[in-house]
Amino acid sequence: MALLEIKNLHAEIDGKEILKGIDLTVNAGEVHAIMGPNGSGKSTLCHVLGGRDGYEVTQGSITFDGHDLLEMETEERAVAGMLLGFQHPVEIPGVKNIYLLKEALNAKREAQGLDEIDTFTFMKQVRELVASMDMDDAFLHRGVNAGFSGGEKKRNEILQMLLLEPKLALLDETDSGLDIDALKVVSEGINRMRGEERGIILVTHYQRLLNYVEPDFVHVLYKGKIIKSGDKTLAHRLEAEGYQEILEEAS
Amino acid sequence: MTETQELEQLVQREYKYGFTTDIEQEIIPPGLDEDVVRMISAKKHEPEFMLEWRLSAFRHWQTMKEPEWAHVHYPKIDYQALSYYAAPKSQEELDADAPESLDDVDPKLLETYEKLGIPLHERAVLAGVKGANVAVDAVFDSVSVTTTFKEKLAEAGVIFCSFSEAVENHPELIKKYLGTVVPQGDNYFAALNSAVFSDGSFVYVPKGVKCPMELSTYFRINAKNTGQFERTLIIAEEGASVSYLEGCTAPQRDENQLHAAVVELVALDDAEIKYSTVQNWYPGDEEGKGGIYNFVTKRGECRGDRSKITWTQVEAGSAITWKYPSCVLKGDDSVGEFYSVAVGNNYQQIDSGTKMIHLGKRTRSTIVSKGISAGRAENAYRGLVHIGKTATGARNFTQCDSLLIGDRCGAHTFPYIEAKNASAQVEHEATTSKVSDDQMFYLRSRGLSEEDAMNMVVSGFCKDVFNELPMEFAVEAQALLAVSLEGSVG
Ligand SMILES: Nc1ncnc2c1ncn2[C@@H]1O[C@H](COP(=O)(O)OP(=O)(O)OP(=O)(O)O)[C@@H](O)[C@H]1O
Ligand SMILES: [Mg+2]
Repeated sequence: MALLEIKNLHAEIDGKEILKGIDLTVNAGEVHAIMGPNGSGKSTLCHVLGGRDGYEVTQGSITFDGHDLLEMETEERAVAGMLLGFQHPVEIPGVKNIYLLKEALNAKREAQGLDEIDTFTFMKQVRELVASMDMDDAFLHRGVNAGFSGGEKKRNEILQMLLLEPKLALLDETDSGLDIDALKVVSEGINRMRGEERGIILVTHYQRLLNYVEPDFVHVLYKGKIIKSGDKTLAHRLEAEGYQEILEEAS
Repeated sequence: MTETQELEQLVQREYKYGFTTDIEQEIIPPGLDEDVVRMISAKKHEPEFMLEWRLSAFRHWQTMKEPEWAHVHYPKIDYQALSYYAAPKSQEELDADAPESLDDVDPKLLETYEKLGIPLHERAVLAGVKGANVAVDAVFDSVSVTTTFKEKLAEAGVIFCSFSEAVENHPELIKKYLGTVVPQGDNYFAALNSAVFSDGSFVYVPKGVKCPMELSTYFRINAKNTGQFERTLIIAEEGASVSYLEGCTAPQRDENQLHAAVVELVALDDAEIKYSTVQNWYPGDEEGKGGIYNFVTKRGECRGDRSKITWTQVEAGSAITWKYPSCVLKGDDSVGEFYSVAVGNNYQQIDSGTKMIHLGKRTRSTIVSKGISAGRAENAYRGLVHIGKTATGARNFTQCDSLLIGDRCGAHTFPYIEAKNASAQVEHEATTSKVSDDQMFYLRSRGLSEEDAMNMVVSGFCKDVFNELPMEFAVEAQALLAVSLEGSVG
């Protein structure tokens, strides 16, 4: 059974159709890259998968790990193992990063019928992850994303992913705004997540991330539809030729 | 007629009105006149000066008009329909009108206790269940707790007792300080309180003493039936310091609709007083029915140089709150601080804020006010920063933030600044924000329920104020906030 199966997905925002019939299947163990010009609907797809209010699915179906995803609330999707890494992580002033991490982890544990994690184990685990992301412990005690630089926000998203160990990670332009070293650190984080039981969807504009995290499949999203799918060589082609040729080919 | 005769007569009359142990007669009939004031004083065996003080307050009150505010609406209170004295009840009497057991208590109240994580035996006390104090004794051994704690305070020379005890045992201190911060005629409700106040707390910290523990009314939980006109007086002598916690985070069963308390703080040279309140009286139901009217006058005077007074409050209860804890900064280099979270849900009306009166040189004040409105609540911040002519080099910083949940509630900010000294620096920052969809979606996508997500954003918003609360209070305040905002999402 596929981990994620999207069939003929149509979705609209404020009555405007943005996604116009998407089909996508992600099996456990696979990494998919979704590319496509600005405004083509990549983030919209992520938000629809996350169950955001105001994003209305008008047609189609999504199953995730055997569940009918469209019947689930955002938080239910999260604790069932879906993690959305945001293109623009929002600031939540006054809420310590570490507090959110703990609440998020405990929410997931609760759904699994586990006790709350004890503080000692939690701190140890978090410190290790923070170090692995080349972040300073001080980040844990700052407000969630508050005053973080663009790159710091993205690292923070990966940190959350590493802690929450989702079955499916949807990373929306996690590579944008990263310096060269940070790109490496983030890529290493993603590669650590890679595994038999997990699926990863990378939304990206650049080949450079895909050099570090080799995708099994590459899809091109254009005007709300996947117009072409292929293996990693498709990304190389895009990098070399730009979208024009592929768009023409598809139409 | 001599004073003594008068008193005697009063005592007799008092019997006529029925101050016996008979439960039915325990409460004097409704109505307020000089005789009632005399009766209260006589019943409490107060010294002459106290009676005179009450009477002069009463006479003043009669000349005053009840204030009207633009942002608070309530049906007119008939002061002659209220009863102004209920003798402190014995346990038996308390039990007579108390619920038999937790089974008889409003299930909604119990649900709230559960959410606040209040242990079972404490829930019973708060709900006023029959014999519950006994149960607390058994579990907490509160008698011995109180004793060790009283011994420790006595060793340090700190006086912490009920106001009535203080009048009896330390009349010289009462005479010297009572009404020196909040004069009898200060406002309508303060005048009323001065005439008929029932009881309250008294704290005296002598010169150079750092009070060895946080003082809390919680320790005096069995003295909670002090009624609706509470009076508190806290004095910190030169170099002394004390932290006082008022209230309790659980909603208390309370039959009194009108509360008009007065709190006076006096800080002498280099003294420091920290006064923290978590107020969670019954706010009324979802329709706005019932609930407490809370009209309280709280004022601290930094009488000495380099003294400091900090008010920290979390206001979550009451149907109507009208409250402005204030600081009069008389001493040079004295400091006043006000940290407030006021949360209103359903039909609650809150009109709160502070006054910082700068009189001494280089006096500094900080105001951090966080107003949260949900449902159809109206939340108003009203603040006055007054810089007197003498207050050379005075500084104030005011931060006033409002957070709206939903679109049927309101937030209003009324900052008043009066600067009579050109060297003053006054800064005011104000923001109004909504809990954003982005924030909610982000947190929910991390597995938090809608309510948890909301609570997280809200407590983040309140962080600057919670940080000022003593540790255990901060945790409770957070839980309280969550309960208060229940039903405000989804
Ligand atoms: N709230 C909204 N109301 C109306 N249109 C919207 C809204 N949100 C997004 N859109 C539109 O939907 C389309 C897809 O946007 P989306 O953010 O999904 O693009 P994207 O592929 O992620 O682009 P980028 O590469 O720039 O991040 C855009 O045309 C955008 O303007
Ligand atoms: Mg995007």
